[in-house]
Amino acid sequence: MSIEEKQQEIIAEFNVFDDWMEKYEYIIDLGKDLPLIAPEFKTDDRLIEGCQSRVWLHSEFKNNLMEYSADSDAIITKGIIGLLIQVMNKETPETILKTDLHFIKEIGLQEHLSPTRANGLLGMVKRMKTEALKYINN
Amino acid sequence: MADLIKKPFNVKEIREQFPALRQKIYGKNLVYFDNGATSQKPQLVLDAINLFYSKENANIHRGVHFMSQKATTEYEASRIRIQKYLNAKKSEEIIFTKGATDGINLVAFSYGELLQAGDEILISAMEHHSNIVPWQMLCLRKGLVLKVIPINKKGEILMEEYEKMLSRKTKLVAITHISNTLGTINPIKEIVQKAHSVGAKVLVDGAQSIQHLKVDVRDLDCDFFVFSSHKVFGPTGIGVLYGKEDLLDRMPPYQGGGDMISKVTFERTTYNELPFKFEAGTPHIAGGICLGTAFEYLESIDMVAAEKHERELAKYAEDILDTFEGLHIIGEAKNKTSVVSFTVDGLHPFDIGTLLDKQGIAVRTGHHCTQPLMDFFKIPGTVRASFAFYNTRQEIDLFVEAFEKSLSMLK
Ligand SMILES: Cc1ncc(COP(=O)(O)O)c(C=O)c1O
Repeated sequence: MSIEEKQQEIIAEFNVFDDWMEKYEYIIDLGKDLPLIAPEFKTDDRLIEGCQSRVWLHSEFKNNLMEYSADSDAIITKGIIGLLIQVMNKETPETILKTDLHFIKEIGLQEHLSPTRANGLLGMVKRMKTEALKYINN
Repeated sequence: MADLIKKPFNVKEIREQFPALRQKIYGKNLVYFDNGATSQKPQLVLDAINLFYSKENANIHRGVHFMSQKATTEYEASRIRIQKYLNAKKSEEIIFTKGATDGINLVAFSYGELLQAGDEILISAMEHHSNIVPWQMLCLRKGLVLKVIPINKKGEILMEEYEKMLSRKTKLVAITHISNTLGTINPIKEIVQKAHSVGAKVLVDGAQSIQHLKVDVRDLDCDFFVFSSHKVFGPTGIGVLYGKEDLLDRMPPYQGGGDMISKVTFERTTYNELPFKFEAGTPHIAGGICLGTAFEYLESIDMVAAEKHERELAKYAEDILDTFEGLHIIGEAKNKTSVVSFTVDGLHPFDIGTLLDKQGIAVRTGHHCTQPLMDFFKIPGTVRASFAFYNTRQEIDLFVEAFEKSLSMLK
């Protein structure tokens, strides 16, 4: 599946929800289900400090693809991380750098990636991209 | 501006004055419980803002023409209204600032210029970052020592410790009247008396008290009192520093520019008198005038009845919240205003706040700009519901219903 197809799939999934609470119920379930990061990677150098919630991001480069794992102390943040990783995982650094994560806006969660939200998610997306950048032309 | 007559306290009538409260958010009736962050504005203030920019807009203190004279008169009338409300001795003691933060920075710079290396400044463990950082900056600049008065687990100042910390070296005690995070009302009169007994001055951060209590600066006998207009039903971007005249007179200006001068030559400039010495440049004229209108509005409210109503709301909310397992109220001072801060075991405040928001309930979550206080309680933050006199029990019922729903989703 291409990165665009993955985004479209999430958009289709969210289209069935009638209201906000259903959307959040789904996000919370995602957050609860996913053990996202190995405990030994929950270190300060992987921490992205938000004003409200905190995010840890770990990345590896395997078979020319980026692999991410992440976690947060807030469950809604963690659920949204789940969505971001679903889209970004196992893609080439080049694809990650040029991808616009438009699905976030289309499913109505852009507020969580706004600079004013300060939940660490915007910082996480930025760091996902800078980590990918390391593996270009190397 | 005709004086309004004080009416018996009636929440329904009061709510009609606040158009922002009659909104739907995500299709739900708004429940606005973030009054600690900022208050909504009554129609009287909204009309005054509209009137100023529609008909009266002009620069002040410098015009010969009709509109400038009128704007100047209204701006200065507002200063006098605020002076009377605070019971300050003179209107020269009322300095317009950008807000509480700006007032504290003014004092930190300007009063700070009178201090010497080794002098001590006391703050408390429950201060807002606005009443911490300016003093840290001053201490670095002048080699002063910053000391922190401890509190107990209920969120009350340890008065015996405070007394022990006071000495001839103490030059200033900068303390909040009401904690924005805990709701604690500090015993300011006693704090001031003790500080004065060693010759120290006291700055009171009134950002959270002016909208809840009838403040009388002469009764408190504090040397400085700061607040922000936006938390007391007025516009954003303006606030007040009250200072005792003799002290303000001794302090050098904070910023240079127009209005604050008496005569300028390239060799030497002499400064204007109080209050203008501290008001460089064109101020927030509409803000200053309409803050006066906010006080006109406040004068029409029976503040004693309003405070009683607010406390009843907080008690009602706390009594219900107390029945939830794993819920901890943070801030249990005996003397407390209408702030209810809490944590829930195993849940992040951000998650609770996000789900409440989607149900039309506006609360604040996080550290509330009091990180050292969060460290003291060893928590990342709280959910905070802060009430104003226009809030109701029915709104608390809606809040509780939405809170229960949020819990069922998160657990
Ligand atoms: C206790 C306290 N002090 C100071 C401030 C700062 O007020 P402002 O940001 O309006 O300058 C606040 C605002 O949240 C406050 O609650």
